[in-house]
Amino acid sequence: MKSSPRSWIGACAVSVALASCVTINIYFPAAAAERAADRIIDEIYGVKPGAKPSTEKSSQ
Amino acid sequence: MKKNWLVLALFAVLVVGSGTALAQAQANLRIDTPAATALRNSLRELHQQLLPYYENGAVGMTREGTVALRDPSKVPLAQRAQVNGWIAASTRDRGELYREIARANGHPEWENEIRSTFAQRWIERSKAGWYYQDQNGNWVQKK
Repeated sequence: MKSSPRSWIGACAVSVALASCVTINIYFPAAAAERAADRIIDEIYGVKPGAKPSTEKSSQ
Repeated sequence: MKKNWLVLALFAVLVVGSGTALAQAQANLRIDTPAATALRNSLRELHQQLLPYYENGAVGMTREGTVALRDPSKVPLAQRAQVNGWIAASTRDRGELYREIARANGHPEWENEIRSTFAQRWIERSKAGWYYQDQNGNWVQKK
């Protein structure tokens, strides 16, 4: 049995719908955002890369 | 036969979709646009000005990813206007930075999530003795 054009249109519609769900609901990249925040914050706080502020004693 | 194709097509869409999502989750966010760099430089200078007031508890980190004057009595009267100006500038620059990072990464709608990520990280990376707002808005001293 040949697939009718209608069923192809249906399949395409479902695929597009699914694809757009996946695209629109791309979740927020929490880990990447945390890394970006840490990089910026360390730069602003004046922490050298790799240094751990929590293990430092007082700043002066 | 037709059903098999449909299932295969749907499967392919899902694989491609989740692959894209995964790639986006693992990639670094873009933080080096000219606007973001200018804001970072400005915030670094403001941080140096405000540092003594973080240390004496006059200024603290809010839960909204900004800074606020929590104890005016710890700022000498003569400096209060200046400190308030630094706080306002820092709060403004931070807000613009969150918006700029969201925009630079093609998702302006991420602004609030970026803000709350930063809010947590500012507090996490701050030094012992500084003050921050907890989820209920109460000021807590970092241990």
